[in-house]
Amino acid sequence: MTSDDLESMSVLGDPVRRALYRFVAEQGRDVGRNEAAEATGVQRTLAAHHLDKLVDAGLLEAGFRRLSGKAGPGGGRPAKVYRRVREERTVSLPPRDYRTLALVLAETVDLLGGEEKAEEAARRAGERLVASDAASGDLLEVLRARGYEPYEEDGRVRLRNCPFHVLADSHPLLVCSMNLALCEGLLAGLGESGFAARLDPRPEECCVAFTPSKNNVD
Amino acid sequence: MHLAQLNVAHLREPLDSPTLADFLAALAPIYQVSDAAPGFVWRMKEGDEPTDLIQHDYGPMLVVNLSVWESRETLWNFVYRSAHLEVMRRRREWFHRIAEPYTVMWWVPEGHLPPLDEAVARLDLLRAQGPGPEAFTFKDFYDSSDAACLPAAAEVTK
Repeated sequence: MTSDDLESMSVLGDPVRRALYRFVAEQGRDVGRNEAAEATGVQRTLAAHHLDKLVDAGLLEAGFRRLSGKAGPGGGRPAKVYRRVREERTVSLPPRDYRTLALVLAETVDLLGGEEKAEEAARRAGERLVASDAASGDLLEVLRARGYEPYEEDGRVRLRNCPFHVLADSHPLLVCSMNLALCEGLLAGLGESGFAARLDPRPEECCVAFTPSKNNVD
Repeated sequence: MHLAQLNVAHLREPLDSPTLADFLAALAPIYQVSDAAPGFVWRMKEGDEPTDLIQHDYGPMLVVNLSVWESRETLWNFVYRSAHLEVMRRRREWFHRIAEPYTVMWWVPEGHLPPLDEAVARLDLLRAQGPGPEAFTFKDFYDSSDAACLPAAAEVTK
């Protein structure tokens, strides 16, 4: 953790900022000031002020885009838009560094050629995670609680956020395979037979999607 | 500058064995994805069929793949963020693990379609000297500005 991270977090102490941050993060796309103000029930100028504070703190990033969709003359002045930054902020007090060790362990699995064992372990971990989390038996709830940010699209459940982003960036094949196994473990632990976990990666999203089992043609 | 990439893979069994049937069957759909992917520029082809693998002088058990992309991001998105990922997960069924690097990237001038000997020279360079601006990997990546500063970038392949 750096002092920057702690400062970034302290910016979220304001409830309006927290609401704006959550709204922008949940959309998974560029969000304009008007839209953010309406969604959070504050005035546009106030929303703009807080959104820019979130940019200063490195939690959101800003750009300019024509929201009308029209280009060229008559398209209107480009509007300021916001989206969540991809880099995570971690605050751990006292400081803990699980990332470095996880990267070393991933490297070790590669060196040992231990991918299959790693996937087996991930599947068991997925099962255990829901077993110890018995309060919620709902797949979407579990995915939400684990930071996957699930959303539905064409009857499938897709995941907007990769909770293992740094690792998936450095060891994509290993980490995406382990994540798939972990998601299969979650399904097994929940006793959820209505969905199957599949690799269906897209840029900027998690590699796993859940497809309804009854529609499987494979 | 465009980004060239070479992959080599050592077959576990001859190409006409049943073990490799799924690999050969996966080529057509994967080439459809790659050739339509954003940032795809070119890939070396031996014939019109997807299963016409590139001919070379390195023995019948080596499969090679050579392509050119607009950027690291577009190549990355094809390799790891498309249907290609699922096929790559099965690589151990078809190919031997090798300790040496089996993939290499380097920058080429736009419009340059690298011949196989250029590509193999880059892989040899990576294996001999580790990653550098002339031969690198996703993990140890070098920007095109690094490569452009090289005094004799074009001479490396000799």
